[in-house]
Amino acid sequence: MVAITPRSTARKRPAAASRERAPGRRRIQWTGYLYALPALTVLALFLLVPLGQLVQISLFKWDGLSASTWAGISNYTGILEDPALVSSFAHAFVLVLFYSAIPISLALLLAAVTTRTARLRGVSVFRTILFLPQVVATVVIATAWTAVYAPDGVLNGLLEAVGLQQVTRAWLGDFSTALPAVGLIGSWLETGLCLVLFLAGIGQIPRELYEAAKVDGAGAVREFFAVTLPGLRGQIAVALTLTVIAALRTFDLVYVATHGGPGNATSVPAIEVYNRAFNTGQVGSACAIAVVLTLVILALTYGITRLQPEEEDT
Amino acid sequence: MSERTWHRRITGAALATACLAAVAACAPGPSAAGGAGAPKTAGPVSTDPAADGKVTLTEWDQNTDPGVNASTEKLNAAFMAKYPNVKIKRVSRAFNDLKTTLKLALSSNNPPDVVQANQGYPDMGAFVKAGLLQPVDRYAQAYGWPSSYPQQLLSLNKFTADGRTWKTGNLYGVSQTGEIVGVYYNKDKLKQLGIAVPTTLSQFETALQQAKAAGDLPISFGNSNKSPAIQLFGVVQALTAGKQEVRNLVFSQGGAKWTDSGPVQTAGTLQDWVKKGYLSPGFDGQSSDQAVAAFAQGKSVFMVDGSWQAAALAEKMDPKSVGFIALAPSGGASPVTQGGEGLAWAITSKSKHADVAAAYINFLVNDNGMKFVAAQGNLPAIVPGAYQPPAGTIYADLLAQWKAVSGQDGLLPYLDYTTPTFYDTLTAALQEMLAGQQSPQKFGETLQNDDSAFQKSR
Repeated sequence: MVAITPRSTARKRPAAASRERAPGRRRIQWTGYLYALPALTVLALFLLVPLGQLVQISLFKWDGLSASTWAGISNYTGILEDPALVSSFAHAFVLVLFYSAIPISLALLLAAVTTRTARLRGVSVFRTILFLPQVVATVVIATAWTAVYAPDGVLNGLLEAVGLQQVTRAWLGDFSTALPAVGLIGSWLETGLCLVLFLAGIGQIPRELYEAAKVDGAGAVREFFAVTLPGLRGQIAVALTLTVIAALRTFDLVYVATHGGPGNATSVPAIEVYNRAFNTGQVGSACAIAVVLTLVILALTYGITRLQPEEEDT
Repeated sequence: MSERTWHRRITGAALATACLAAVAACAPGPSAAGGAGAPKTAGPVSTDPAADGKVTLTEWDQNTDPGVNASTEKLNAAFMAKYPNVKIKRVSRAFNDLKTTLKLALSSNNPPDVVQANQGYPDMGAFVKAGLLQPVDRYAQAYGWPSSYPQQLLSLNKFTADGRTWKTGNLYGVSQTGEIVGVYYNKDKLKQLGIAVPTTLSQFETALQQAKAAGDLPISFGNSNKSPAIQLFGVVQALTAGKQEVRNLVFSQGGAKWTDSGPVQTAGTLQDWVKKGYLSPGFDGQSSDQAVAAFAQGKSVFMVDGSWQAAALAEKMDPKSVGFIALAPSGGASPVTQGGEGLAWAITSKSKHADVAAAYINFLVNDNGMKFVAAQGNLPAIVPGAYQPPAGTIYADLLAQWKAVSGQDGLLPYLDYTTPTFYDTLTAALQEMLAGQQSPQKFGETLQNDDSAFQKSR
């Protein structure tokens, strides 16, 4: 019972397992490292060194200008003690719902519908339009949506036109609607990306599978769960990774649309990092938040990669 | 757990400890002892830039608004014309950009010579503490700034050499423009409503009530960018709590607390205004620019904002159809409101041409400099002799109110000066309080917690 078999890594990752099983082999292919050296140097210089500095500064109390003092892990414990910071992480997870869950479900639904048609005319134009939100600068998107959500904006105008006067409000200025309103901008932003990914994925699913499903008498729903969804596992994992990362590190959208307000209703970790590092002279604390955010993102993306089908499956 | 994993764990732990030790050995920032080298404080002063040979002077300012941008450009050109041996390199950035990039620029090996530093602990205080700015007292003596500036304006630019205590100690710069927050009113609207220009808080509240009853929007207000609420709260608090109480709160004197009746009562007043619909509906969802535009279009009777909005308003509406007033706490009393001065022009410690830099700053702020400032529609910190803006315009109102307030010791500090984190705390708490999410008492406690934490850490 104690001798637990390591969770099927041997079966799943034969290459890695065999490397571990042969400790006696000491012949390292140095030339291989030589080829990787330029890439490694760039990686170390521009990524690992700053990351190390980030961790280093996070252990100090520093205003960014004068001498710093050793703070140990107090910047990290400080995150837990500050309810505003804890809620900023909570807001980021709410945004995951809007950036990932909604766009992926919506894109899956739309993708499934398109599989019912034999051939789409002008599919590339369609794709370009869907992808447009990804190309436009987020600042522009946030500014445009701020106008939509404004007290006398398009959304309230529409609601008034259909007689829903009592629902109208300052969507980004209302404590109960600000976070969902920002989140929905994210949904709008990411749906196109997901759909383009899924459409490409569906193109790779052999048509015979659909025909076979039809022959077997599968309806639209059955076909979706039996053919489309399993066929898109890889794309869904990619979409999840991209959108979850985008949600957790949201900065520009919130910065332009609400500045984290009203109150702290839409504050997210990235906003707190910026504020502390550049405005309030709490560089150590800012770095600690950044480190925690990085770890959270790494942990989540690691979890998502486990959903991804192994190479040999596809 | 196998032996291998144990072995790996121990190596990992050892490695982590080694890293931590290395990390502790080299702290970020300059070492505690030296700082950036002690700034020069004494020594003879040369007031003639012509004698210094070829000099390139780099200055960083935040004068991007049309009025101040024009006056800065003209003054720079005039200085270079007077002293052909000096070349001025200007870098101009919007306030927020300057705030974030100036720290990096100042701590570099080759900082600009002259910079505009924001008053208060987060900026000027931090710069002084890090030894990045020179005291300018010796230049102040040479150019006579202590006699040309009111003591109140000078003290805002003072810090002790360790950067810990504000408003006393060395002088680190002088300011070129004045700032005053007050009530803008639409003259035509007031006439239509048959309301006289209010001069006290109670008259103002009556006017708001009358405007509302007549179906007008009383105050155009947009707070999505969070800072405008400070101005609204500050104006009402100045009239409610009185000037001594506000100064005690901001400068942490006399045991004043944000949970005292002044701030709490002010919060109650503003919550009442929101309930009665005196402010733009959905104000947290609209920006201050939108609010200013709405006021300029005649969509509201009043707007509470700073003198810096005058130029923008004068572009959008007839300068003669808008007025400005600083309210008094009661009839017969002199007006009190928050305000102050533009960012201080300061000299960096590493500047190689401190004498030229000081001469340049003096050129910006002497009587002639102030004339340039006023001529471009700005409010000069010191009113130049014989300056008279066109009568009946917003500019004439601003100048008259500035004289009345600053001349009668009615200028109160901005509230976000209180602590380095107060801007964030105050703006978030104001949004929560105005939306009714926080009671006035809870609002006061939130502010006091921030203040107490800062006092403890000093």
